[in-house]
Amino acid sequence: MDTLLQQLINGLTLGAVYALVALGYTMVYGIIGLINFAHGEVVMIGTMVAFTVIVFLAGSGMPPLVILGIGLLVAVAACMVLGWALERIAYRPLRHAPRLTPLITAIGMSIVLQNVAMIIWGRNYITFPPMIHKEIYELGGASFTNVQVAIVCLAALVMLGLTYLVQRTRIGMAMRATAENQQVALLMGVDINRVIAMAFVIGSALGALAGCMVGSYYEIAHYQMGFMLGLKAFTAAVLGGIGNMAGAMAGGLLLGVIEALGAGYIGDLTGDFLGSHYQDIFAFIVLIIVLMFRPSGLFGERTGDRA
Amino acid sequence: MSAHQVLLEAHEVAKHFGGVKALHDVSLTIRRGEIYGLIGPNGAGKTTFFNCLTGLYRNESGHFVFDGVKLAADAPHKAAEIGIARTFQNIRLFGNMTAIENVMVGRHLRTRAGVFGAISRNAATRAEEAAIARRAEELLHYVGIQERAHDYARHLSYGDQRRLEIARALATEPKLLALDEPAAGMNGTETEALRLLVEGICRDGVTVLLIEHDVKLVMGLCGRVAVLDYGEKICEDVPAVVQKDPRVIEAYLGGSVA
Amino acid sequence: MNGQRRRIPLWQGHWLGLVLLAATLFAVPFVAALGGQAWVRIANFAILYVFLALGLNIVVGYAGLLDLGYVAFYAVGAYAYALLASPHFGIHLPFWVILPFGAGLACFFGVVLGAPTLKLRGDYLAIVTLGFGEIIRIFMNNLNAPINITNGAQGITLIDPIRIGDFSFSQTSTIFGVTLSGPQKYYFLLVALAILVIMVNMRLQDSRIGRAWQAIREDEVAAKACGINTRNIKLLAFAMGASFGGIAGGVFAAMQGFVSPESFSLMESITILSMVVLGGMGHIPGVILGAVLLTGLPEALRYGIEPLQKAAFGRMIIDPESLRMLVFGLALVLVMRFRPAGLWPSSLRRRELSETTD
Repeated sequence: MDTLLQQLINGLTLGAVYALVALGYTMVYGIIGLINFAHGEVVMIGTMVAFTVIVFLAGSGMPPLVILGIGLLVAVAACMVLGWALERIAYRPLRHAPRLTPLITAIGMSIVLQNVAMIIWGRNYITFPPMIHKEIYELGGASFTNVQVAIVCLAALVMLGLTYLVQRTRIGMAMRATAENQQVALLMGVDINRVIAMAFVIGSALGALAGCMVGSYYEIAHYQMGFMLGLKAFTAAVLGGIGNMAGAMAGGLLLGVIEALGAGYIGDLTGDFLGSHYQDIFAFIVLIIVLMFRPSGLFGERTGDRA
Repeated sequence: MSAHQVLLEAHEVAKHFGGVKALHDVSLTIRRGEIYGLIGPNGAGKTTFFNCLTGLYRNESGHFVFDGVKLAADAPHKAAEIGIARTFQNIRLFGNMTAIENVMVGRHLRTRAGVFGAISRNAATRAEEAAIARRAEELLHYVGIQERAHDYARHLSYGDQRRLEIARALATEPKLLALDEPAAGMNGTETEALRLLVEGICRDGVTVLLIEHDVKLVMGLCGRVAVLDYGEKICEDVPAVVQKDPRVIEAYLGGSVA
Repeated sequence: MNGQRRRIPLWQGHWLGLVLLAATLFAVPFVAALGGQAWVRIANFAILYVFLALGLNIVVGYAGLLDLGYVAFYAVGAYAYALLASPHFGIHLPFWVILPFGAGLACFFGVVLGAPTLKLRGDYLAIVTLGFGEIIRIFMNNLNAPINITNGAQGITLIDPIRIGDFSFSQTSTIFGVTLSGPQKYYFLLVALAILVIMVNMRLQDSRIGRAWQAIREDEVAAKACGINTRNIKLLAFAMGASFGGIAGGVFAAMQGFVSPESFSLMESITILSMVVLGGMGHIPGVILGAVLLTGLPEALRYGIEPLQKAAFGRMIIDPESLRMLVFGLALVLVMRFRPAGLWPSSLRRRELSETTD
């Protein structure tokens, strides 16, 4: 019983991170139909920037929470600029190119960012300075830390805020209109370029936040960390129905939980034939199964061919 | 009416999108060798009926019996296989293929060459390819655009694109040719030429189902006409009777004739 | 000519060019050998990638399906060869049994994966294939316990070379007075395979099946209405691409004598896809160019960057490996920016593009 609860808690933490990253994928995909392969790298750069700032300020004598806050803000700001620049420089000129062209550009940007990060931060793991005093709580045989609580609460808050932004504000409505039909939105006076740029900027900010969360959870960072994380988050977005923001949130949480449960129980299920190294395959197996039965994802609309 | 005279029977076909009933238990019977018209105001459900018939939509209830066989829902290629070919209201050609290639795609269904034939280019495959090209040329000639054979489909004029779509549909050797507003956007001369073409197709043994806005064209061409309004069949008869039916007049004029 | 399209057989009236090409292809392994056998191996890899890229071209270029896990089929072929012709299980089957078996196995996986997913929207296929690639890689990495099937991350060594009777492709021998090293022999084998896949690509393009693929790319609904069973026709492309991947994997295993999961990362799938798109999707000469360039470029950079940095700064400032990848990534971005249809697109694609960007 205690394993179940423990895995649920761990899964929820991981899922909150996936959900934030998945939102970045789904917002961009919903509006311009691009799988932004470089998004995982944006998340990685967010973590790296935050680490650098925090390490730099660690000796300054400021209270740890303030240092953390500054690190987070700098990372978010840096990633917003990065996201904006990516769209402006790499993707915007290809708005009318064949479908695969921007995808290859995204892959190229992902490689570029990864190697730039390697040149700046090196090939080794970077460890997080011990800033936060970790409290461990016990609940029904399972344990969790204050960091986990903070991650889940912060993610929930941000997602609420984003939902408000998209549902209630002018820019949010412009985004939804553009996702629905670009031509019509254009005719209604929506500034498409601004909306697309906003999607990248907001997505990158969420990514930076998620990056800081994984960083403080695992307490290490690496220049290749964005890749698998991005892949999982994208899987979560598809799982929930790509282009659908609520779907990305739900898909992220679900994926986190499934992965944690899978890793916890795979040994029992297969009589120890398969071990927890197989954690990474759960995401993909679940994805394949879900798509077989719900071709548009769990929360996606059923879109048929239009005659 | 004896069974072999009937080509298509629609039995209480219903289709709705969300809460909107697009088709409400529509039943009709099309006889072999006739030109059957389906008319109605915008949004009456004509194209929806077409899409159900040709398997693009899955109807919620009801079914079609074609040539004595019950149609499988949701399988457009099967509809084509048993002999229902169609054109589209908003012309759907393969724009970056030439006119003749478009028609050759229509021959896909009635030819067999697979991967091994294509790679080995054996005698049978070469003969089949030649036959496909020959038949495609004949069909282009038949609809009167043979001199545009090697132009890209999207470079053809509007009228020629409509003709090419018909040639492509005919290439599948249909028993029933379903035309979705073929005269839309055509001028008087083009419409007249189209009328002659459709009559010719019917004479050559293909039954025609025609959706059309141009009431004059329908009345001149069709043996029988059904009228759809708000997804329901409100009338079915010879054109002369349909034209005088008060329900039809009301549907078309929105009830303003009291 | 305006808007007209005439089909000219690729080599008609180019006999001189064809002879020159054949002579060049023949000369490559001997010229390369002057710089050492390593250069012959690079040439071999270039041709192996031509083979792989043209296999993927059937899937991506012809049928318009985005496959991000192509390397999984390559891996299946490679491991099939490695397990059936090495001391690992002590099985030593001849290559003419294993290569077709590997191709068939890859094809089987292609069908199992493609059948349920090919009715989905295009981008979903991309993620499903990507996931499949990862699943295969993870299994290769971990299936060494409790039963040692793949030998895990260490990979499988001492794989048998391709051997016909007493003629082994891994040893130097003299044929008609010409001395050929192992890599040189594989070179000619690979050229033969590449010619085969080029012929398959060319002939498919102008066939009933090729027209169906193009029709599906243009308008899937209309293609269905023409009676094309779009799912089966797409599956055909997918399975064919997979089979070619399987063959390439088998040859790779035999040529290297060693396979490990490292060779089958997602990056490899992405590189092969980049070759197809960067060269010019659907256009055979373009894809060949893309494959040769993307194999050659990193190698050229490997040999060029180090001396260049030393000359400029007197020491190594930036890790050459990451600089190499950086330049590779930038090259992808720049080519797509300035040649969105690829370096050498077919005239058709060029026109499509110029008209949509008006």
